[in-house]
Amino acid sequence: MPKIARSLWMNGFIGVVLLVVFGVAPGFYANTSILFQMMMYIVLAQGVNVLYGFTGYLPFGYVGFFGAGAYGASLAIQMGHLPGSVAMGVGAMVSVVLGLVLLPLLRLAGAYFAIGSMAAAEIVYYVVSNPALDKVTNGPYGIQLVQSYHPVESYAFMVGALGLVTLGVMILRHSRIGMALLALREDSVSAAMIGINVVTARAGVWLASALVAGLAGAIFAWHTSVFYPTTVFDLNISVFAIVFTLFGGAGTVLGPTVGVVVLFGLYNVIGISSPQYFQLLFGVLIVTLVLFLPNGVVSLLRRRGWDVP
Amino acid sequence: MSHKLLEVTQVVKVFGGFRALDGVTVQVDAGEILGIVGPNGSGKTTLINVISGLYRPDRGTVHYQGRDVTGWNPTRLARRGINRTFQLPKPFKSLTVEQNVDLAAHYGKKGRPGIADPLEFAGLSNIRQQSASQLTTAQQKALDLARALATAPDLLLVDELAAGLNPVELDALAQKLLFLAHQGMGLIVIEHLLGFVNQLTQRVVVMNAGREIFEGTLTQAAENPEVVAVYMGE
Repeated sequence: MPKIARSLWMNGFIGVVLLVVFGVAPGFYANTSILFQMMMYIVLAQGVNVLYGFTGYLPFGYVGFFGAGAYGASLAIQMGHLPGSVAMGVGAMVSVVLGLVLLPLLRLAGAYFAIGSMAAAEIVYYVVSNPALDKVTNGPYGIQLVQSYHPVESYAFMVGALGLVTLGVMILRHSRIGMALLALREDSVSAAMIGINVVTARAGVWLASALVAGLAGAIFAWHTSVFYPTTVFDLNISVFAIVFTLFGGAGTVLGPTVGVVVLFGLYNVIGISSPQYFQLLFGVLIVTLVLFLPNGVVSLLRRRGWDVP
Repeated sequence: MSHKLLEVTQVVKVFGGFRALDGVTVQVDAGEILGIVGPNGSGKTTLINVISGLYRPDRGTVHYQGRDVTGWNPTRLARRGINRTFQLPKPFKSLTVEQNVDLAAHYGKKGRPGIADPLEFAGLSNIRQQSASQLTTAQQKALDLARALATAPDLLLVDELAAGLNPVELDALAQKLLFLAHQGMGLIVIEHLLGFVNQLTQRVVVMNAGREIFEGTLTQAAENPEVVAVYMGE
């Protein structure tokens, strides 16, 4: 089988396995909250993956889009009286609009971008949670979506989002656009010189990853139905999504998925019962990764000559 | 009035207090090769960077195919048919040799015919599927050329492509560049190897300290006291 066909087949296989596992798991495993959050983190990690893996921008403020999506959807439900399913789209769009506003961040690079994006997320948090906006966002007192609470439907939406995002990354990885983005990440001058529009390409990826996070945030809001600004603008959400992606291996479909399943699984085993050890483990893990496995655990397979999807 | 392919007029580029280009004027016609020689730091690469859109000139104009393209970005210029190679070759190492060229053809060609198989032309057809990260320096340079050619340029800027090649490879490269000119492409070739330049063209510009100090044949240049002074010291 040609290499690219095999890789596509492998990707499709991963996507189908994910959908089946998360689709039928609630029938066997009662703690749907963990399943839901695991899916949510896979979606977020894929969003980080698209941005970091294909452009090199590491968004520590990624949670800003998540929170914007959560609030966008919630306000669409509360004030616009839209059904949950439609509000999800609104949440994602609010996040894209925030992405448009924050486009100038892309002029920064490296650590400056990471810090700039984090500051931007904090700004959005402080605006949303400001008591002066009490009438609109309910300020620091958070959101209650009792009228639209629907755990089954929102769970199904997250399965759908997982499928869509996995499919999107898969297509990106095997398309010419994906190749162009890799070229751009490596050397923007050469990329511009062969006719790739650097600004448009970066902006496109940025908005796509904003959309992904916004969608995840919107579905989270719907599923949880009661939350506070501190819940959906928690910087740990960015850090988790980034660490999961880096652990697994950016630029692949498999990497972020493996990262979430292993690390988020671990977090649920020991992170809640003995958080102090988890923090220690997480720290050691990050240092080890940066030093010895900068391309994630999937790079171990690649070293053995495997073509990692 | 017929236009030259490229007309660079009185271009000035200043970095801080340093005038890298100090009023340079050069012209290239379709099918012509212009050699640019001069000591290190004389502004040769800066000139190519201005023409290819990497630097915006502080003064002066660049006209290409009769149109003022001063300050256009590299993407726009590449799509219009100006391309270049780099002194230090920059292949996309995460892609294969063939993908490097495919990408350039897809994004840069924009309907111009160009040469049929740039990889074949550059002598890389036997390693199409190889990762660009595994190439030797000579192969990287060949890929740089193939990638530029894949965008089907009408004007090709060649920045020290010959450095590090052996005499046989040099001769082959010269034949290739002459072939491109024969096909109607305009070329600017920056080179330290004067013998190589001599093989390519009778029209040479000698630069020093951001200025053009001589234009003519290499033989005439060798007799020009200012050129001799720059190369040999006063």
